Amino acid sequence: MTQKSENVRTKNKISVVLAGNPNCGKTTLFNQLTGSKQYVGNWPGVTVEKKSGKVRNNLNKNIEAVDLPGIYSLSPYTPEEIVTRNCLLNDDPDVIIDIVDATNLERNLYLTTQLAELGRPIVIALNMCDLLEKNGDKIDVALLEAKIGIPIVPISASKNVGVDKLIEKVVQISEKSKYVPVKNIYSPVVNKTLCEIEEALEEIKQHKYHRKRWTAVKLFEGDRVTWAHYDFTQAQKEHINSHIEEINITKNIDREMIIADERYKYICSITDKVLTRRRPADYLSISDKIDNIVTNRFLAIPLFLAVMLLVFTITFGAPGTLLRDSADYFINDVVGSGVHSLLVSMGASEWSQSLVTDGIVAGVGSVISFLPQIMLLFTLLSLLEDSGYMSRAAFIMDKLLRYIGLSGRAFVPMLMGFGCTVPAVLATRTLENPKDKRLTILITPFMSCSAKMPVYLLIISYFFADSGPLVLFGIYLLGVAVAVLTALLFKSTILKGKNAPFVMELPPYRMPSPKSLWLHIWERLKDFLVRAGTVLLGASVLVWFLQSFDFSLNMVTPDESMLASIGKFIAPVFSLCGFGDWRASVSLVTGIAAKESVASTMAVLYSGTSILNSFSALSAFSFLVFVLLYTPCIAALSAIRREMGSAKWTALAIVYQLAVAWFASAFVFQIGTLVTNLF
Amino acid sequence: MKTLNDLKLGQSGTVIRLGSSGALRRRIIDMGITPGAVIKKIKAAPFGDPVVIVVRGYELSLRINEAKEIIIEE
Ligand SMILES: Nc1nc2c(ncn2[C@@H]2O[C@H](COP(=O)(O)OP(=O)(O)O)[C@@H](O)[C@H]2O)c(=O)[nH]1
Repeated sequence: MTQKSENVRTKNKISVVLAGNPNCGKTTLFNQLTGSKQYVGNWPGVTVEKKSGKVRNNLNKNIEAVDLPGIYSLSPYTPEEIVTRNCLLNDDPDVIIDIVDATNLERNLYLTTQLAELGRPIVIALNMCDLLEKNGDKIDVALLEAKIGIPIVPISASKNVGVDKLIEKVVQISEKSKYVPVKNIYSPVVNKTLCEIEEALEEIKQHKYHRKRWTAVKLFEGDRVTWAHYDFTQAQKEHINSHIEEINITKNIDREMIIADERYKYICSITDKVLTRRRPADYLSISDKIDNIVTNRFLAIPLFLAVMLLVFTITFGAPGTLLRDSADYFINDVVGSGVHSLLVSMGASEWSQSLVTDGIVAGVGSVISFLPQIMLLFTLLSLLEDSGYMSRAAFIMDKLLRYIGLSGRAFVPMLMGFGCTVPAVLATRTLENPKDKRLTILITPFMSCSAKMPVYLLIISYFFADSGPLVLFGIYLLGVAVAVLTALLFKSTILKGKNAPFVMELPPYRMPSPKSLWLHIWERLKDFLVRAGTVLLGASVLVWFLQSFDFSLNMVTPDESMLASIGKFIAPVFSLCGFGDWRASVSLVTGIAAKESVASTMAVLYSGTSILNSFSALSAFSFLVFVLLYTPCIAALSAIRREMGSAKWTALAIVYQLAVAWFASAFVFQIGTLVTNLF
Repeated sequence: MKTLNDLKLGQSGTVIRLGSSGALRRRIIDMGITPGAVIKKIKAAPFGDPVVIVVRGYELSLRINEAKEIIIEE
């Protein structure tokens, strides 16, 4: 494309990217702009890959927005930074929306100064203005705009204030030139050198015109990616270097630091004038006061354990049980018997009655009745995440996690694992060190996900009615213990290595907004309903079919069915674990599709109370151990495959988890049998 | 020579220079810890490590190992 045609806007589509620091409200804004439902969280780094969507607007424009990972800088170190940098450099967006957290102006503007150097049309969305006002601080937006030379729209993404204005501004800017001149922010000395590098570059004529300043700065800093990109000849290199060397560096300050230092000096010179703080320097905000208790040296860990216990008690104690009982009543006594009498009155054939009552209602229904309880657990975990508690948990637990070779950052995915393994595995992307990441992915599935709850509760209702909470607590704890042992094992063998550094922002506590909470819950609910309608329904019907007929398609008793033949083939594998019953094996196999299907399959296969004849209390427990530890569902496996980025590691994870599950449950059963025989 | 690690809770200091190198150093710089920046140590985790500092108006946690690379004067 020639310079001219590129300068004139002929395209109908406006491409926009959202860039900003982690936790500046980028996901919230993206959701407001596009109406799409992304995951929002109050800990750094929730957006881990780029997502795009159409911007809703009443200007009749086709605007496509891309949400980029949150980053602090455009240096090429973390995966997030690399994704963002490549997108900005290669995709050439029409407009960059730079989201700036107004309550954290200084550091947020640091990225702004880097984005501005790209020479692209840019608009600042000054977010969290509601919070700024609540704090009693003030920003002189007009003055800031004049000083920094970039249009600014004050917004509150979570309150949907100013978003329409932002869209108007984006459209307006997109109609002007695709290139904007870059304002110098550096001291005269550094600026002189940068101009000389730009001239040298112009002679070489290899760079894109509008990116002159960006390139010069990167070369000056010694950015290895930029140096490699240009493929200079030796003479050219020396020529550029001769300019760079005009600036002396000392022990205290090297070139990378000079640039950062001057950026921050420039920013401070502006914020000094535009920002008025109401509070004195040692003012304690509510967030600080909460934090003084939550991260108190002595209280922090007891409080953390108390929070976990509370989550557990609410989910499995009276509130959760009440929810489940009502759901159970509704599914079985209202829907189940209703459908049954309807079928009978319609004179439906025996097999179709059986399909609906023994197959669909028993299978899918049994799992749906656990839905309210699963959602309760998920809601509680989301509350922790949205409020900002998760990053505190990472901070508090960092030292302990280091003993098992992980950093505090690995703690967030691990906690999320109690909700669902899939987002938990995705969240490991915020771990910069590949070894930490692999290890975290490997142990996250041992955090018992909420889909396994129905199995536990089903078994407990038959075998551990009196000691239910204790058994459950034991199971969850066992999962954590196995995770710790796994980490120790791998860290001292194949995943040896130095600890990755830990430099993490602690965002202020925020009141979780009902909307973002609802998005979390809806995400999970939708996921569940889809699974109930597809995998679980399919599996229930298939299981019903296979257990109702034999290979010549005669309706038979389950013991003579096709399923029994298949199950009996696998079952011996589990005889040492104490559940060599073919129905147990079949249930476990269906659990690969979705963990809830273990429960739904059992509900279909063990009609009435026949389950009591197939398990003893001990074998029921060893079965629970197996369910807790064995390979996660297919959705989680594909997430693991993606994040491991290696088929070998994925296979290792699967084999390892299966082996651990088998040995652990065989161990429990054999030792248990030994002990019972002794007494 | 004093480092951030020598500060007691509640004390502040001004950054003089940074040790360390590569990605970690760059990370620390990008987070706003540059010469002249004022940092205040406000908290330590239950086992004394990591610590929390306030720099440029926000809270940042880092480990003692990283804190030792940040040379300061009071
Ligand atoms: N008070 C207030 N909170 C906001 C605003 N925008 C976002 N938040 C909250 O800030 C937190 C981080 O937002 P998120 O969109 O996940 O940030 P991201 O990490 O940049 O994607 C969430 O708890 C949001 O609810 C705003 O304008 N005002």
